[in-house]
Amino acid sequence: MRECFIEFRNVSFRYGDEQPWVLDDVSFTIYKDEWVAIIGHNGSGKSTIAKLMNGLLFPQKGEIIINGIPVNEQTVWDVRKQVGMVFQNPDNQFVGTTVQDDVAFGMENRGFAREEMVNRIDEVLQAVRMEDYLLTEPHRLSGGQKQRVAIASLLAINPEVLILDEATAMLDPKGRKEIMRTVSEIQEKNEISLITITHDLEEVVQAERVIVMNSGKVWAEATPRDIFKQKDDLRKIGLDVPFVAVLADELKQLDIMIKNEPLNHDELLEELWTLHSKM
Amino acid sequence: MNNAIVIGQYVPGNSLIHRLDPRMKITIIFFFVIVVFFANNIISYSILTIFAILTTLSTRISLRFILKGLTPVWFLIAFTFILHLIVTKEGTVLFDVFGYKVYSGALIQGFAISLRFFLLILITSLLTLTTTPIEITDAVEDLLHPLKKIKFPVHELALMMSISLRFIPTLLQETDKISKAQASRGVDFRTGPIKERLHAIVPLLVPLFVSAFKRAEELAMAMEARGYQGGEGRTRLRQLKIKGLDILVFLFFLAVVAALFWTRNY
Ligand SMILES: Nc1ncnc2c1ncn2[C@@H]1O[C@H](COP(=O)(O)OP(=O)(O)O)[C@@H](O)[C@H]1O
Ligand SMILES: [Mg+2]
Repeated sequence: MRECFIEFRNVSFRYGDEQPWVLDDVSFTIYKDEWVAIIGHNGSGKSTIAKLMNGLLFPQKGEIIINGIPVNEQTVWDVRKQVGMVFQNPDNQFVGTTVQDDVAFGMENRGFAREEMVNRIDEVLQAVRMEDYLLTEPHRLSGGQKQRVAIASLLAINPEVLILDEATAMLDPKGRKEIMRTVSEIQEKNEISLITITHDLEEVVQAERVIVMNSGKVWAEATPRDIFKQKDDLRKIGLDVPFVAVLADELKQLDIMIKNEPLNHDELLEELWTLHSKM
Repeated sequence: MNNAIVIGQYVPGNSLIHRLDPRMKITIIFFFVIVVFFANNIISYSILTIFAILTTLSTRISLRFILKGLTPVWFLIAFTFILHLIVTKEGTVLFDVFGYKVYSGALIQGFAISLRFFLLILITSLLTLTTTPIEITDAVEDLLHPLKKIKFPVHELALMMSISLRFIPTLLQETDKISKAQASRGVDFRTGPIKERLHAIVPLLVPLFVSAFKRAEELAMAMEARGYQGGEGRTRLRQLKIKGLDILVFLFFLAVVAALFWTRNY
């Protein structure tokens, strides 16, 4: 059994006493070193979940436990040491006047010694392939590059979990690919849990597990492959089904035997060219 | 257009003056500003002028560029000079201009005061020409450090300055984007009567302000998520260090000041 890292126990949250519940009795567990994708339509409560994990918000009902520590006003600074978060807008989380200063920001807050900062900066910028931009100012970087710097600045403080809250939503396809590649490399090399929040089904395929949110409730929790099988239901809760999955469905309706639910083009291709040998 | 954005008037370089510790530069300028008022004869003025010229030359920035940066001040310098010619009535009458008598004392004093003024502006402008805004911020934070004792928010002020520096280019890019978007909808910023042009600024400012407030809110949240709890217990990556060069330059400056006071009585 894997060690449990984040636990939501019957969590309910609303932004004000008069306002509707944004999260309604939400429970789930995220394990150590696991990659979980959280997906849901706009306004389904994903960002609220992320902020609750970081102690930026506190639930009115239920309990959130991070690495054995219940999140509350006394423990929030301990929790924030373990939970790193990348936000959606690349510009509005870049604090430093240069890449190096931005990576240092989190370490400065935690009182790291100067020499250690210098070493860590080199190390983490290499991990996100931004080592050539040490002294570059943010307005000379692309959105994808800024997000990679944001990831590096979190890695610098050695968090146990990395949350990406729609970190690719404002990027072009190239930037998106860069981030997804960086993130999966980091997940492979380090013992770190990863939570990627998205409203784009294409981005969940690499995750081990997917949590689907709908109107403040956990709607489903399964592997990406199992989630992809429920295309019609996904559409009903406002999610776009990827082209490959739609194509596979059409092919099935034409009596072409596709056994495994393909997650990407390569898998579909594999299914198709081995079709004859299976028949 | 990205590369066109330069904050302040910093000219990159690696000259002696560029490499000086920014705190040292600010300290020297501070004392220079005071000392200038002690010059009282041709020798002491010459010493200050030579010091200023030497400093200017050692920045290795083109003189033309530096003087161009002073354009707005030329007018003030000229104005000071003329004012002195009219007001001061000492010494002998040199000549008459449209009935106004110009005295020799006025000429000398006008020249001295204008020179003083010019030297002040020149030396202070060398600071911003050879020091990045962020270095100046660091130096200000460090020099104001003693004020923390009387609860002056030194760290917060420096953080505010550095975040403003960080966001100026971002907001300029955004202004550019919004003005193009509005222009493409037919808003005209450039022609027409002033009143209409001012009116056209509104659809530019409103989205800019809305977005700036949203940015501020998100930035505050991101900073908190990254463990920012104020200046207490915080360490610094950028650290200023007094080098041998700084001490040498300061000693040289002290020698200049000593020479000035010595020649005052000549
Ligand atoms: N600061 C806030 N104040 C009031 N309501 C908010 C606030 N932030 C989000 N909400 C509301 O909470 C709901 C969930 O928002 P959010 O968690 O941001 O969803 P998601 O990230 O899935 O798009 C939305 O209906 C949104 O309007
Ligand atoms: Mg969101």
